[in-house]
Amino acid sequence: MRALAAYLAAAALAALPALADPGDVEKGEKLFQQCKGCHQIGAGATNRSGPHLNGLFGRKAAGLDGFRYSKSFQRAGAGGLEWHAETLDVFLENPRAMTSGTRMSFRGVKNPEDRTHLIAFLRQYSDDPANIPEADPTAQGIDHDLDPAILALVGDPEYGEYLSGECTTCHQAAGGDDGIPSITLWPEDQFVVAMHAYKSKQRNHPVMQMIAGRLGDEEIAALAAYFKDLEN
Amino acid sequence: MTLNRRTFLGTSAVAAATLAAPMVRAQGKPRVVVIGGGAGGATAARYIAKDSKGDIDVKLIEPTRTYYTCFFSNLYLGGFKTIDEIGHSYGGLAAAGVNVVHDWAVGVDRDTKTVTLAGGGTLQYDKLILSPGIDFVDMAVPGWDISAQNAMPHAYKAGSQTELLKAQLKAMPEGGTFAMVAPPNPYRCPPGPYERVSMVAHYLKLNNPTAKIIVADPKPKFSKMALFQEGWNNHYEGMVDWVGEDFGGGNVTVDPAAMTVSIDGEETKVDVANVIPAMKAGRIADIAGVTDGNWAPVNAADMSTKADPDVYVLGDASQQGDMPKSGFSANSQAKVCANAVRGALTGSKVFPAKFSNTCWSLIETNDGVKVGATYEATAEKIAKVDGFISKTGESADVRKATYEESEGWYAGITADMFGAKA
Ligand SMILES: Cc1cc2nc3c(=O)[nH]c(=O)nc-3n(C[C@H](O)[C@H](O)[C@H](O)COP(=O)(O)OP(=O)(O)OC[C@H]3O[C@@H](n4cnc5c(N)ncnc54)[C@H](O)[C@@H]3O)c2cc1C
Repeated sequence: MRALAAYLAAAALAALPALADPGDVEKGEKLFQQCKGCHQIGAGATNRSGPHLNGLFGRKAAGLDGFRYSKSFQRAGAGGLEWHAETLDVFLENPRAMTSGTRMSFRGVKNPEDRTHLIAFLRQYSDDPANIPEADPTAQGIDHDLDPAILALVGDPEYGEYLSGECTTCHQAAGGDDGIPSITLWPEDQFVVAMHAYKSKQRNHPVMQMIAGRLGDEEIAALAAYFKDLEN
Repeated sequence: MTLNRRTFLGTSAVAAATLAAPMVRAQGKPRVVVIGGGAGGATAARYIAKDSKGDIDVKLIEPTRTYYTCFFSNLYLGGFKTIDEIGHSYGGLAAAGVNVVHDWAVGVDRDTKTVTLAGGGTLQYDKLILSPGIDFVDMAVPGWDISAQNAMPHAYKAGSQTELLKAQLKAMPEGGTFAMVAPPNPYRCPPGPYERVSMVAHYLKLNNPTAKIIVADPKPKFSKMALFQEGWNNHYEGMVDWVGEDFGGGNVTVDPAAMTVSIDGEETKVDVANVIPAMKAGRIADIAGVTDGNWAPVNAADMSTKADPDVYVLGDASQQGDMPKSGFSANSQAKVCANAVRGALTGSKVFPAKFSNTCWSLIETNDGVKVGATYEATAEKIAKVDGFISKTGESADVRKATYEESEGWYAGITADMFGAKA
């Protein structure tokens, strides 16, 4: 019954895929243990090596004054990334898929149910959806993981070198990092994950969505194989 | 009539030797001659030299020793860049193995596959790449011809013209009038004139706030129009008067001696007149006999001309289909061409053509906008696949990030053209 009620409430908010389970706050709190080293949440929380997480839902990425965010995060925020259940879900699964240069050295929570619990826990410390209709719902973790077959593709660096011409008009082959991030020496799997995140519009830069949008799996693999070793 | 026009200047020893044995290759190394060291030509020369690792002899002919980019030249007018910041030398190309010849190409003979230089030399090619940019159509704006470019600068080839326009802008009397005659389609850099209006307005707002800008435009609408007009209203209210086709903006004559501009019969005395006439391919494309009308039609797959499979045209001078005439486009086309030329000459792998373009424009400090698209080669043309444009009403953060991105792009494309700065 509880599940059904939650389902109906969620359906009424009309922002979500069908939900079976809104997440278990207590389980989420246990999972949050692994975040505590860097992030505080709740009464009196302050910024530590990571920003505090009160009022996180609806906050713009890199949106807290007084915290020194990575360039990568500042760009994501300026590009329109906001924290909602869906974006947190993608981010928590693999932080670097969304923001390659984040200082958050965390591998990610691979189990979608665990992400659901964690998000439900975080959700407690933002405006309450029960009272504020337009406030954020709590989402269920969805499995975004790339098809392992895509990650297993072996790229042809020669093809990648040719294709890289499309990249180096903006991203310097020598690795400069002003206004446009460096993409040289990027670990292959992270490159692949990031391009697919643009392709699926989980990352929200319009130029990159357009460029990655028409790269095939083989082409992404080829570029990744080329850039991982590019050194000047 | 333009086919195989021959132009031989002088009878230097080189020319004589070439004529004696026109089809014999020196040492068997294939030779590529590139005419024009701008966005298209410098990129093509660098990529062919770099990727063939010495197996192809690459000569680049370019008269100037410093290339001033048209891109960001408007930012120089606005005071955001110095002239030195937009100047680039050819040292990096030499380092990549390109033989840079500082001279004008004045003749192309497609039968003997030779290029004649103003200095008298003759160069033999197996493949010829032309990226000469634009020239102006004679009498496109009645009253203006190239001899009037000091009184009424176009500043549409960057360098001394841009500096002249800036000096004239600075010398404007208080409350004076800056007139621009905008060009008809197609022309280099569709948002260029309107970014220029924005940068001139920025300068005037700070230094001469009662001055006025009037734009006579033969077009009913222009690139990123909603974004520019929103920006002009927000930042420069009442300063910019844009007269489009509907109001006679195409019916313009100028008098460089009297410094008057007449729009649809109404004559105005102006302090600065920036006349940007209709454009056509750089003259050498005509001389080579590869143009049809104002531009050189090319095959989308490799940028070879319809007239001659061994002659390629890149960038503004080409007529390729849907891509705008921009530095980004020229650079993108150059890489496709370089790959195809290298393949044809050395048998290296040729990959399918892929093109893209993004043009950033600055409207006011930290207020950047952009438009872009991707393209593919079809049998008829370079065809647009997908695109995007900045939206009106975007947040200041987004606009600032867009501007910062354009700075990154500038560093990227100039390094891609000329090699990283030493
Ligand atoms: C104000 C302005 C702003 C612009 N802003 C942007 C922008 O923000 N982004 C963008 O992508 N594009 C921009 N552009 C457009 C861009 O500058 C051109 O599209 C680009 O330079 C075209 O490259 P190209 O190789 O065809 O010609 P060019 O870059 O003009 O190069 C041609 C070269 O050929 C040489 N040449 C010509 N004839 C001969 C000959 N007979 N022998 C030897 N050499 C010869 C010339 O000296 C010149 O160096 C702008 C243009 C203008 C005018």
